[in-house]
Amino acid sequence: MATMAIDVKEIKNVITKPISDNNPIALQILGVCSALAVTTKLETALIMCLALTSVTACSNLLISLIRSQIPSSIRIIAQMTIIASLVIVVDQVLKAYAFETAKQLSVFVGLIITNCIVMGRAEAYAMKNGPINSFFDGIGNGLGYSVILIIVGAVRELFGAGKILGYTILNPVNDGGWYQTNGLLLLPPSAFFIIGLLIWALRTWKPEQVEDAD
Amino acid sequence: MSANNDSFSKTIIVSVALCLVCSILVSSAAVLLKDKQKANAVLDKKRNVLIAANLLKPDTDITSAFANIEQKFVDLESGKFVSVNNPATFNQRQLAKQADSSVAIEKDIASIGRRSKTASVYLVKEGKKIKTIILPIHGSGLFSTLYGFVAIDSDKQTVVGIKYYEQGETPGLGGEVENPLWLALWPGKKILDHQGKPVLQLVKGGAKKQNEVDALSGASMTTRGIQNMLDYWLGEHGFGPFLSRLDVRKGEA
Repeated sequence: MATMAIDVKEIKNVITKPISDNNPIALQILGVCSALAVTTKLETALIMCLALTSVTACSNLLISLIRSQIPSSIRIIAQMTIIASLVIVVDQVLKAYAFETAKQLSVFVGLIITNCIVMGRAEAYAMKNGPINSFFDGIGNGLGYSVILIIVGAVRELFGAGKILGYTILNPVNDGGWYQTNGLLLLPPSAFFIIGLLIWALRTWKPEQVEDAD
Repeated sequence: MSANNDSFSKTIIVSVALCLVCSILVSSAAVLLKDKQKANAVLDKKRNVLIAANLLKPDTDITSAFANIEQKFVDLESGKFVSVNNPATFNQRQLAKQADSSVAIEKDIASIGRRSKTASVYLVKEGKKIKTIILPIHGSGLFSTLYGFVAIDSDKQTVVGIKYYEQGETPGLGGEVENPLWLALWPGKKILDHQGKPVLQLVKGGAKKQNEVDALSGASMTTRGIQNMLDYWLGEHGFGPFLSRLDVRKGEA
């Protein structure tokens, strides 16, 4: 534990990299399932981002702290135990302090356990790096996930229901306004299209992310 | 990583220690937050009852608005009020699963299999007189079981309001059962005739009569589910006996 010194450059790196250069959803195509499910409304998307970011950060921190003690034969199940415990705690906290949203998120908070981003960061980063860097790596990847979810959630709620965070922006026909809401955007497949378009835009901006043709 | 990490004893020690720490973490979170979660669930139920009874305005305080609402328990077969052992933890869904507290439904139009022998109802009172009767209903839609409340006026015929508080239908189609604009079509509709038979119909192509409500467009199966659960729960095998026994002036049944 001699290398506990804080490496500011590395921390900055692990926070910013996952947002555009190594985005967990857009480049690694991980965690797409929940990105489809919880983005009909911006509010649920935001709570989900918060939940996933805190779970990834804390699980990275804890796994990194005990990484030198984990026998390699049971390392995956040890990681899962820590992640699952954290997810249950987050779920309980949401049920106590954000009951309405927790009801809407239903199973998807529980499914953070199986979210590949959390597991992937534990295995790829926290098992090899110090606790502080790992914690911030978790924050960074949570933010990368959040950026995509917030964009998708905002687009879907705005054009699907004419609202942002519940406030009417485009007055929908159903409420006597002028905006014909796009029902497709309220269904999960629309998130596929939006994420696809985002990946396209991202890879046009950063061509080095384009995969080589097989 | 030291080499002896993979020894048998180390593996056992690490896994036991990890499980112990994690289980303490999880159980303490559950215990510490239990009261708050319970309070939330109770408040949420009250809120839905108030919405069904059309008593919830944006600035209403839920607890004070609930002061003149009384929760009663009904034996569905006889229609009489009964007392239950622990009203605070009464769970109709749980009771419907247990063989001794539930009955299998013969003509299962609502597709729910079994129903609890006792049900909880909410009565909006003014002194002894009952103003509104709020009944819990549930039944299968397309993907999910829908749970809700229907509120009926003291004439036992007119809808005061309806509210679904739990459903997993397609968002934007069947999920529109939660749309306040659709729910606003219900108050004033005739749901039962003077003999206490369910008469309300969900119709396509525009409701014209007093006992008709517009169906949800694009959600035939959800609409059918709602129709069936209303027919079942308000019919003779559901709350029918209770409604015919209930004396709204004295508040007795």
